[in-house]
Amino acid sequence: MTDAAYNFAYLDEATKRMIRRALLKGLAIPGYQVPFASREMPMPYGWGTGGVQVTAACLTPGDTLKVIDQGADDTTNAVSIRKFFERTAGVATTERTAGASVIQTRHRIPEKPLTEGQILVYQVPIPEPLRFLEPRESETRRMHALEEYGLMHVKLYEDVARHGAIATSYAYPVRVEGRYVMDPSPIPKFDNPKLSGMAAIQLFGAGREQRVYALPPYSRVVSLDFEDHPFEPTKADHDCDLCGASASYLDEVITDDAGGRMFVCSDTDYCAGRRAAGQRGRLAPEGEA
Amino acid sequence: MYVATKGGERAIDAAHQWLAEERRGSPSVPELSIAQIREQMTLAVNRVMAEGSLYDPDLAALAIKQARGDLIEAIFLIRAYRTTLPRFGASAPVETGGMAITRRISATFKDAPGGQVLGPTFDYTHRLLDFKLMAEGAAQEAARKPADPEPAPHILSLLDRDGLMEPLAATDDTPRDLTREPLELPADRPLRLQALARGDEGFLLSLAYSTQRGYGRTHAFVGELRIGTCAVEMEIPELGFAVEIGEIELTECETVNQFTGSKTEPPQFTRGYGLVMGQSERKAISMSLVDRALRWEELGEENTGAPAQDTEFVLYHADNIQATGFLEHIKLPHYVDFQSELELIRKLRREAAGVQMREAAE
Repeated sequence: MTDAAYNFAYLDEATKRMIRRALLKGLAIPGYQVPFASREMPMPYGWGTGGVQVTAACLTPGDTLKVIDQGADDTTNAVSIRKFFERTAGVATTERTAGASVIQTRHRIPEKPLTEGQILVYQVPIPEPLRFLEPRESETRRMHALEEYGLMHVKLYEDVARHGAIATSYAYPVRVEGRYVMDPSPIPKFDNPKLSGMAAIQLFGAGREQRVYALPPYSRVVSLDFEDHPFEPTKADHDCDLCGASASYLDEVITDDAGGRMFVCSDTDYCAGRRAAGQRGRLAPEGEA
Repeated sequence: MYVATKGGERAIDAAHQWLAEERRGSPSVPELSIAQIREQMTLAVNRVMAEGSLYDPDLAALAIKQARGDLIEAIFLIRAYRTTLPRFGASAPVETGGMAITRRISATFKDAPGGQVLGPTFDYTHRLLDFKLMAEGAAQEAARKPADPEPAPHILSLLDRDGLMEPLAATDDTPRDLTREPLELPADRPLRLQALARGDEGFLLSLAYSTQRGYGRTHAFVGELRIGTCAVEMEIPELGFAVEIGEIELTECETVNQFTGSKTEPPQFTRGYGLVMGQSERKAISMSLVDRALRWEELGEENTGAPAQDTEFVLYHADNIQATGFLEHIKLPHYVDFQSELELIRKLRREAAGVQMREAAE
């Protein structure tokens, strides 16, 4: 059911062209934040307006779209964005990672490796990795231009000095192709290694902050660290209680008020796929194959 | 037993239905019409038009009704609608000097050509609840007199003639369009004024107030505040001349600010400027004070570090649609990030406890 009152994928063609130009620039300068004339969208800033604009600019009628939030297809905002594109673009949608040509995500990278021809679109709240060290945009743009990243290293060093470890667990800064320091969006640092060498195109959209940036396929992306304090992707030290996966990112779920808890895959498609293939976790329901 | 939360879609649909029911309120009370909101909630309609950047009283009234009276939500509805509209062109600059005036006051001159017109103002009302309004009282018809035929030029232009006002250079440059280009700094005055004109009234009010209390003080007098309707004209290329396409109500405020001179400028009076769609004098005055405070650099004044002097701070935080979106998005699920924080805190605590135990053992 397409809403005929609006153009395909909501935005008018001139706006989409403007966004595509910005995206091409972003792909040409990996990790560089390209200003773009972000539009007001019919959902609030902070709900993924940047990602939605990037997705709208990339979608073609033949695409199959998957939308996840926190790794899950059925979280309310993922449902809402998927519905928006079903309504305004009429494209096919899927929950299967492998079956999607465009995946819009908030806070996660799917567990299943993406392939060439796929596009991963990230929703980004604060695109500037240096923002919490320097609040001024005019200043941070200069720092990027001059490759002046000392402040970031000092911050990481102070973490080590004070806590014995780098105290950043998500939105962990990376360096792209040895040049730009980039915010990977608030994905857990567990997902950082997947950014590097990915076969799919990675596009990042920050609507309120009016920035897009991109990683072309197979870009080299390095999480910032020190030789004696190497970067360490972490997850809960458990297996998934539903599918038994030991290497997927887990959500901790409180099951009672007596300290009971269980751990389940945050990537719902990955977990469901494993269970369908007969894998079982500690608390998988009896009836399940 | 844990079951993954399913049915987000059903929950959303049900929430929307409930919301619609709440918006309507008790069905035993007659429904508000758009015309009632437009005519009787005019100042709310004006604010929605001004900050929504779309002059359409009916749509603004509709937005207020749909938003259950939440004006920022209504502004958001208007903005989201506005951005989808095609652009046929730009009007000629509106000539506020030729405004059909409903209110015009000056705090700097007792009288001026064109006179002072109080107009429909709350200024000298006593703020006593009028309980008669609970019983739908009809308003008494106001006294009338024929409009003054004398023109009412801008009051500051009279000072200008004596060379006491800072000169303003007219320019034909096309200003940058905030809604079609990303905001980039440095922002010149036209761009700043654009951002302030659609900025949040409350934010500008507080900033302007802070300058009055000494954070970037600019010694402002209201040189002139005028409210009225102005013709909007548009050049039609096929015709080769401008035709009037409608009229809009505007509130314009010009402040006169004491200025003792700087290294680059002689002592003179300087200006702050505010222009807002509809009748919105609080916003127009606030805007002109903030505009003046932001001009410190071009006037060679000292930067005292006051918030109202900080262009980047003001422009990046004045938009209530951006602000409310980002503020409220923290309601969305963040459990992936929170989980990674949990792991980190547990790890740091384990390590800290290990250090303490080692120290105790030593």
